[in-house]
Amino acid sequence: MPDTRRTHPGPEPEAGGRRPGERLPGGPPPGDHPTGDRPRGNRPDDGPDARDGAIAGTGFGGSMDLAADEGRTLEDDPGPDGGGPSGRPRSLWSDAWRDLRRNPVFVVSALLILFLVLIALRPTLLASGDPLDCDLARAQEGSRPGHPFGFNGQGCDVYTRTVHGARTSVTVGVCATLGVTLLGSVLGGLAGFFGGLWDALLSRLTDVFFAIPVVLGGLVLLSVVTSNSVWPVIGFMVLLGWPQISRISRGAVITAKQHDYVQAARALGASGPRMLLRHIAPNAIAPVIVVATIALGTYIALEATLSYLGVGLKPPTVSWGIDISSASPYIRNAPHMLLWPAGALAVTVLAFIMLGDAVRDALDPKLR
Amino acid sequence: MGRYVIRRLLQMIPVFAGATLLIFLMVNVMGDPVAGLCGERACDPATAARLKAEFGLDQPVWKQYLTYMGNVLTGDFGTAFNGQEVTELMGTAFPVTVRLTLVAILFEVVIGIALGVVTGLRRGRPADTGVLVATLVVISVPTFVTGLLLQLLLGVKWGWTDPSVSSEAAFGELVVPGLVLASVSLAYVTRLTRTSIAENRRSDYVRTAVAKGLPRRRVVTRHLLRNSLIPVVTFIGTDIGALMGGAIVTERIFNIHGVGYQLYQGILRQNTQTVVGFVTVLVLVFLVANLVVDLLYAVLDPRIRYA
Repeated sequence: MPDTRRTHPGPEPEAGGRRPGERLPGGPPPGDHPTGDRPRGNRPDDGPDARDGAIAGTGFGGSMDLAADEGRTLEDDPGPDGGGPSGRPRSLWSDAWRDLRRNPVFVVSALLILFLVLIALRPTLLASGDPLDCDLARAQEGSRPGHPFGFNGQGCDVYTRTVHGARTSVTVGVCATLGVTLLGSVLGGLAGFFGGLWDALLSRLTDVFFAIPVVLGGLVLLSVVTSNSVWPVIGFMVLLGWPQISRISRGAVITAKQHDYVQAARALGASGPRMLLRHIAPNAIAPVIVVATIALGTYIALEATLSYLGVGLKPPTVSWGIDISSASPYIRNAPHMLLWPAGALAVTVLAFIMLGDAVRDALDPKLR
Repeated sequence: MGRYVIRRLLQMIPVFAGATLLIFLMVNVMGDPVAGLCGERACDPATAARLKAEFGLDQPVWKQYLTYMGNVLTGDFGTAFNGQEVTELMGTAFPVTVRLTLVAILFEVVIGIALGVVTGLRRGRPADTGVLVATLVVISVPTFVTGLLLQLLLGVKWGWTDPSVSSEAAFGELVVPGLVLASVSLAYVTRLTRTSIAENRRSDYVRTAVAKGLPRRRVVTRHLLRNSLIPVVTFIGTDIGALMGGAIVTERIFNIHGVGYQLYQGILRQNTQTVVGFVTVLVLVFLVANLVVDLLYAVLDPRIRYA
């Protein structure tokens, strides 16, 4: 697998050792800063990466990187006194959206994903045949009119199966990502917000899950499952995937918790849930979204790998993983049986990874 | 330094216990550990009960786990169902997989870092874009498809290498499997090095080094690269465990009789002792690799000290 734990190998945020007091060594007192609407260069450091947090965590104390960044962005967008934009200030999200719309990578991958979701919902729009309609007499034959991708080892139409396989792959990817993101961000966010014993316990628990190789855990867990549906596979991915998101959201919440507006809310007497939901969550969610998008692609590839090893989905489910795995013994005689579903799989994974990259670039103020 | 190592070793104990307990539970509670002994048919109840009593499987699970861990700590990993000692299986399997992993890491370090440096210094040029697109393609194609295609092209069609690896598994035979095993990580290493280099290239110490007239080569290798390597080393360190565990797919494609092969056979035949034993060793490798990486930080960046 495409290994789900690889996306962000930055050191744990706690290693950065930032404490609220250290953040403003020589900076102006909080009151001096224009409240609410920060100028562009000074946006709170919600970089999607724990590493970025560690570097940019100096806040307006200003590391060299941040200062250079500010100089450049102010030139682009001169305010009345050089301190902030003159018009209505844009939020991080509308700013990111403006960048994204102009990014061809984002447009292409978003269109691809829309197309995939469409054929996952309505495969018959593109392929009216039945993916299970097979005729052994046509086994391994190449392409011919009406059957552009040829036939597989059982004599089924490869084109129809490839189109219909999108549904399983997209279902697995989307459901696993939703489960992982919900579980991971809730657990990690709460641990980061409250700290203390639960945080320590959860951190050790994530260490435990990180120590188990993903493919191996999948083989062991899924080899005893006899069910034919996609749910055991999704459940396994949620079980082994949540620590990754939990670690990232924990780091993001710890970074966001130290910002002045959270301290201000606390001073005004905001309750814990209000601080968490209104002030911290919107500022900590960006890195989670980026990692989840990239992880979605890797989960789809992981499903195919598990199916190749014989423990993922099982026929008669139609999925790219099953098709690739059943075509692999015949790769010398009939490579088309493997190349079409593998190509579809690769394009799908690629689309999600590129989308995640584009969103990260748009949300990361340091790369502007 | 010494105190830091001891603290880290103590922290590893609960993680090690947790991970082994998890895998122990997966194997023993979810599967039926004696089912593999009766071959294809189901065991008759009397035999199953006798076998369970013989192997101590009628004890409560926590007691089984403690007994097992006690044995493991004294170097006894138990006996596989075919009568072979698990340590004996490990003795034949681990050298092969270690060689395969070494080849893979060599690819990551040499090709990955070199490509990362070249593209990081030429950000935005055609070479950079080309390599970036290539890494994306490599990441998005699953390892087993890459493996099957390379095996078909290099091994069968063009005949450059043998399509499968002999039982000795010498280094020369492991070049293509090592490349396949490394492929995804190789792409990540390239991207990580590129980002890191591009970020540090604008820093003050590089400007100073250039300004005081150091040759470009020295600036890149001694100043820029050394400071940019920390995230890369972190990644490679955590990757060692993943590579050894993920070798299951590569070893299956190229018919290599290493750890992945033994584990796969163990899981298929429900050979619990083999599976738990091998996974225990893999978890240990992962933990030790992480510790070594943390100690390497101080070598790369003298500002980092361990108290």
